[in-house]
Amino acid sequence: MTPPTLRPFDPSTSSGQAKLRAGQAQDRPSSGSVPVLTARNVSITYEVNPPVDAVRDVSLTLHRGEILGLAGESGCGKTTLAYGMNRLLKAPAVMTSGEVVFHDGDGTDIDVGTMDAEALRRFRWSKVSMVFQGSMNSLNPVMNVRTQLQDVFTTHQPSLRRAGRDARCAELLDLVGVDPSRLSAFPHELSGGMRQRVMIAMALALDPQVMIMDEPTTALDVVVQRGIIRQIMRLRERLGFAVIFITHDLPLLIEISDRIAIMREGRIVEEGAAEQIYHAPQADYTRHLLSSFPSLTGARGAFVRGGAA
Amino acid sequence: MADRYASIRYLLPKWSGKLGAGLVIVGLISAFGVIAPFFTADPRDSGNKGLLAPSAGHLLGTTKLGYDVFAQLAAGTRGSLYVGLVGGLSAMLLAIVFGIIAGYFGGWLDEVLMLATNIMLVIPGLPLVMVIAAYVQNAEGLGDFARSSTLVALILGITGWAGSAVVLRAQARSLRTREYVAAARVAGESGLRVIFVEILPNLVPLIAAQLIFGVMAAVLGEAGLSYLGLGPTNSITLGTMLNDAQTGQAVGSRAWWWFVPPGALIALLGTGLALVNFAIDEIVNPKLRLAPQAARLQRKATKEGKGVAGGGAFA
Amino acid sequence: MVFYLRRIAFYLVTLWAAISLNFLLPRMMPGDPAAIMIGKLRRASGGRELSEETVKAIYALLGADKSVPAWDQYLAYWGRLLSGDLGVSSTRYPYPVATLIGNALPWTLLMVGAATVISFVLGIVIGAWVGWKRGTWLDHLVPATSLLQSIPYFWLALVLVAAFSVQLRWLPIVGAYDVFAFPSGPEWSWDFMVSALYHAFLPALTIVISSVGGWLLGMRNMMVSTMSEDYVLTAEAKGLRPSRIRDRYAARNAAIPSLAGFSIALGFVVAGSIVTEQVFSYPGIGKLMIQSVQGLDYALMQGVFLVITLTVLAANFLMDLFYGLIDPRVRSHG
Repeated sequence: MTPPTLRPFDPSTSSGQAKLRAGQAQDRPSSGSVPVLTARNVSITYEVNPPVDAVRDVSLTLHRGEILGLAGESGCGKTTLAYGMNRLLKAPAVMTSGEVVFHDGDGTDIDVGTMDAEALRRFRWSKVSMVFQGSMNSLNPVMNVRTQLQDVFTTHQPSLRRAGRDARCAELLDLVGVDPSRLSAFPHELSGGMRQRVMIAMALALDPQVMIMDEPTTALDVVVQRGIIRQIMRLRERLGFAVIFITHDLPLLIEISDRIAIMREGRIVEEGAAEQIYHAPQADYTRHLLSSFPSLTGARGAFVRGGAA
Repeated sequence: MADRYASIRYLLPKWSGKLGAGLVIVGLISAFGVIAPFFTADPRDSGNKGLLAPSAGHLLGTTKLGYDVFAQLAAGTRGSLYVGLVGGLSAMLLAIVFGIIAGYFGGWLDEVLMLATNIMLVIPGLPLVMVIAAYVQNAEGLGDFARSSTLVALILGITGWAGSAVVLRAQARSLRTREYVAAARVAGESGLRVIFVEILPNLVPLIAAQLIFGVMAAVLGEAGLSYLGLGPTNSITLGTMLNDAQTGQAVGSRAWWWFVPPGALIALLGTGLALVNFAIDEIVNPKLRLAPQAARLQRKATKEGKGVAGGGAFA
Repeated sequence: MVFYLRRIAFYLVTLWAAISLNFLLPRMMPGDPAAIMIGKLRRASGGRELSEETVKAIYALLGADKSVPAWDQYLAYWGRLLSGDLGVSSTRYPYPVATLIGNALPWTLLMVGAATVISFVLGIVIGAWVGWKRGTWLDHLVPATSLLQSIPYFWLALVLVAAFSVQLRWLPIVGAYDVFAFPSGPEWSWDFMVSALYHAFLPALTIVISSVGGWLLGMRNMMVSTMSEDYVLTAEAKGLRPSRIRDRYAARNAAIPSLAGFSIALGFVVAGSIVTEQVFSYPGIGKLMIQSVQGLDYALMQGVFLVITLTVLAANFLMDLFYGLIDPRVRSHG
């Protein structure tokens, strides 16, 4: 099946530039079932001895403005898949088959897999950005927050002058609920929750159409987690980006996602709307996962005694 | 049964070209130093003609005073290895005491030991050794011992432990917070016992690496001292050979067979030890081996046409 | 701020320890170094009597007779030092030790200082590059650095001298400058500087070749470790240019431990420069140290040891300042 009009991403066109301007939410086509990121028959293997098939023949579609949850136990391949979609595979992982296509808001389709290095570099963060797990270490310890935020602008929007950059950075921190005075702080001076908010602000900098979040709140306590999740939801409503939310915390996904995909040993075992997964799970594994979480209601000790099937 | 060996295997270096080469070099040189002196001519026999170039009778020629260079080389290797071992071991023992005790017990003991260690670290080593050697070797009452290689080795050891102590302390400190140590302490094991049973075994690779450094530093240190005329006078070491070469105008006389082999042997020994240390480094810090290896595997697979997408991440 | 104050305090304590060690050593050894020294001075002066000042100085430095209490001796020693009196040299009679050191120090600082900076910069830059390209053929070069590191400084110097000075006659063997062309000593002329550079080249080259390996290896290893850190992955995901990732994210963080290990490395450089100066008869402080030890010129020995220690402490402090600039975590934690 040949995908329609594949063209490498070109920021020099007027439509490309338009997309790069900040705050372009209103230019997007209305969300619904318009796909923004499609993975078709993707397989990823770790070339060790013997080779490990981390992702097996996975097909996934992310639609504009939706939150797609990707759930599964540790080692099921969800992180590998997400990294593969942005071509960030750590050695020795290799994508052995399939393709990943980004459907840009201006109508063009971009084949992520075959872009050359320079095009890929420009594509990254401006179309698809990422928020990583445990930002303990995701921020450069020797650069202050301002420099790390401005990095993105000096690289992707060189025409933006100093004043514009400063204004934009302050605006971003404001969006995520961090006091702009923290711009001169270094990562070790911030709390875990604040660091994660800074990461989210950084991910929003170029107004991306997709945000891939890999266990963004796993390392934080539940109260902080709630605050951050709410922030993400508010931002998404305001700015309209789509989210792939990766976590092992299935109940959380049921709360916030539109659609959920369950992965196990490299394959997607079930995929569907959040309500459907919760009320009528089709696959045995999904039922097994759901029943493995302790409940705040119901008889005490039930999930331990009842056991997983 | 398999489990018991698994833990030992985990601590051993992974086999690699580097490790093999290193072990071979060190092994050959050690064998040379230990065995060869039994088979060569007498290194102290000055009955030969001076400054002969290498020939069948004298494999590496003779020195200015008529000593057979090859015989001297063999004896010198033995002497240098001896100094290296004694110096390295004494430095390691001091490093273990200062480093591990400071790192494990913490508190004021740590502060005091660390202050002493830092002072020893900053005060420049060779000048200190020279000064101590000058005083000790000329002190009355020590007799033969004053100019022996054992004394030189001990001086080198006593002044050379500071670097290793810092490294060991850092590791001991981080190990102190591990769960199994806490468990042992809760179970009532005394501090020293915890050190011996829980912490020391985990530090074995690190201690081995530091020992290798120590041996090398002692060999180089003795070579330097001897070259300056402060080395042992009773024994023959590679350093004393170089000193003789210097005073005998070997460079000016173009007697390369006299001054090149001893230094080359020191360099070779050091290289061999360093190669072994590389392998140990990779145990202590697995990223050093895994990251380049992973990158190579990824590249290989891409070349074989396995990948459908372009390159992945640098990291 | 606290960080710097702590470091200064530490260096002062170390200096005090070094000075006290200098004070204790001659007094702890069996025998009487002071008497030996006085005897040598007398011989050096041709049998003439020494001035009372000189004798007093020697006793203050090396140990008076047992009737004077140790604490008084200690104070007298400090008094001497602070007034800049380091005694008179027996091997270079009648020059005062301070003068000899003053003449020799600049040569060492220039040659060794330049060589150290060059090898540091080269090592870090090349090490960063080799680390960045891990997994390529460059990895096989790494063991070569271990060969470089194991070569004894002075042997390398001998080999270089044999090759370049004796055999090829390209470079001079001894001295800091051409003593025949400038018989009255150093002067501020272009010709003199050229001569000085010409003479400093081979000794400096020796030091650079011997010490660059250590920096290279350390930096390469840190680079490989740092590149697997999360923030480097973030930088890549941000679509930053590879050169920026390499320099600002990877190398900057990888260089920090190298700076921290500077004081250990400096010890090796000092050792290497001493023997190198001996091989090339370079009139620096290392050669002075050797002369004093070989001739058992105790006063000169003490003085040189002190000055070397002071210089090393100063270099360390400079490095600490630099380190505090580079690593912001140090500034807040102290």
